[in-house]
Amino acid sequence: MTTLPTSTQKKLGLVIDLDTCVGCHACVVSCKGWNTENYGAPLSDQKPYGGDPSGTFLNRVHSYEVQPDEGAAQLIHFPKSCLHCEDAPCVTVCPTGASYKRVEDGIVLVNEQDCIGCGLCAWACPYGAREMDAAEKVMKKCTLCVDRIYNENLPEEDRQPACVRTCPSGARHFGDLGDENSDVSILVAERGGFDLMPEMGTKPVNQYLPPRPKDTMEEFDILAPYLEPVAKDAGGFLGWLDKALDKLPGNSAGGAN
Amino acid sequence: MHPAPSIILFTTLSGFGFGLLTFLGLGMPNYTGFIAFVFFAIAYVLAVGGLLFSTFHLGHPERALKAFSQWRSSWLSREGICAVGALIVMAIYGVGRVFFAQHWGIIGGIGAILSLLTVYTTSMIYAQLKTVPRWNMPLTSPLFMALAITGGALLAAQVKIAIFMLIFSAIIQVAYWVMGDGRLAASGTNMETATGLGHIGKVKAFEPPHTGTNYLMREFIHVVGRKHAMKLRTIALVLGFVLPVIFLLLPFGHIFALFAVLCHIAGIFTSRWLFFAQAEHVVGLYYGKR
Repeated sequence: MTTLPTSTQKKLGLVIDLDTCVGCHACVVSCKGWNTENYGAPLSDQKPYGGDPSGTFLNRVHSYEVQPDEGAAQLIHFPKSCLHCEDAPCVTVCPTGASYKRVEDGIVLVNEQDCIGCGLCAWACPYGAREMDAAEKVMKKCTLCVDRIYNENLPEEDRQPACVRTCPSGARHFGDLGDENSDVSILVAERGGFDLMPEMGTKPVNQYLPPRPKDTMEEFDILAPYLEPVAKDAGGFLGWLDKALDKLPGNSAGGAN
Repeated sequence: MHPAPSIILFTTLSGFGFGLLTFLGLGMPNYTGFIAFVFFAIAYVLAVGGLLFSTFHLGHPERALKAFSQWRSSWLSREGICAVGALIVMAIYGVGRVFFAQHWGIIGGIGAILSLLTVYTTSMIYAQLKTVPRWNMPLTSPLFMALAITGGALLAAQVKIAIFMLIFSAIIQVAYWVMGDGRLAASGTNMETATGLGHIGKVKAFEPPHTGTNYLMREFIHVVGRKHAMKLRTIALVLGFVLPVIFLLLPFGHIFALFAVLCHIAGIFTSRWLFFAQAEHVVGLYYGKR
């Protein structure tokens, strides 16, 4: 059924640290590499070496410039994949029951044999987490690497999503966000993790950690602001040029900076 | 939203078809025999033709039967069930009209209700989506239903009802546009809530995830419709409502009635194209677009 479970035993998900993500896209590559040859249909590319390349990805990294009221702009890299929402709108809109949320761990999956490729689940998702594969015509989405995390054929350290395993800066964490004593839950509590688009009411399981505030240069002496500046005007040749140009009629463009 | 021709043809044609079936089920017009057959044939060509166009939108139409299973949660599934139910019930009623010259009122009434319910379920597929604020509002369903009843009245040659419904639908259509324009801003979703970075400052998309386009951008970010929105709204209003009313108020003639129907259909196609092309999906915000 595409009705949502009232509660799940676990809430497996990711915690993504926007402070430490360096925007290297290694998680994008490892995700595509693992998922194109494992769970379900492969992730196809169209004209990968042509003039208009595109393809299916389950994880994409955006980059944003954020301009504070004062000070320099910050560049923040922003990986985005399925957030495995508790109140997942993509599941309830599915007409065939192909989309479902697992009771045991909360992972949202697509049963590709039942998917008719209508695309309504992608319309219902505010995060752009679902992409229709242009070759297979079925909906693809992050599986939280369900074929890795329980896979006893893999060494234990590899039993986590490919994106988490590959991240070189430790910006991605995987765990049970339903257990308040888990490492990921403690991390979210300590760092003030937040939901994306909370107003959509999707209750995403994946959490994002905000960039830490930029530090500022400490004042080395409380009297410093009251000291006379050491050099008011430019001296030497530039000083002469500045004065000479000021004496010429007309305003100098560029102001007094 | 990408204005997919398959969905525009589907919602428009099946809207007309189920609108006409609603009137036929209520015994309007009160024909039997061959003339009744012609009316039912037009209704079924429109309704079934529209449904067939919708399957062109599917990646795997061969699995379409599975879509009848999730009626408890999915409006798309409910639409499929209502549509098939309406078509079956109205076929039984049509057999009575065409071959036995009978008006089986209860069956016709049930068929009319199911036909209108089908249009309602279609509208709810769009109205339920919080991700498209322009659709997620109380006027979306009334607009779809009013347009279906208007088209049905026109096709069923119910001139008085058609003139009233044309004026009524035009008011709802304009109200839908005016209200829709403020919906994205009123939803409170913007780049700051999308990224959660608003506490630092103003967010600007610096670099997209890939140099090329992708499924999400093709499906959800469409700007051509918005560019010409006011012109297209005028065209839709004049073709869809003003001209049909004028044609119907002229001394009655089949040629004017035909003009009224053709103008209305062209106007509703324009309106429906805009319904999709103008709608903003919030995922565009992640790309700094809408």
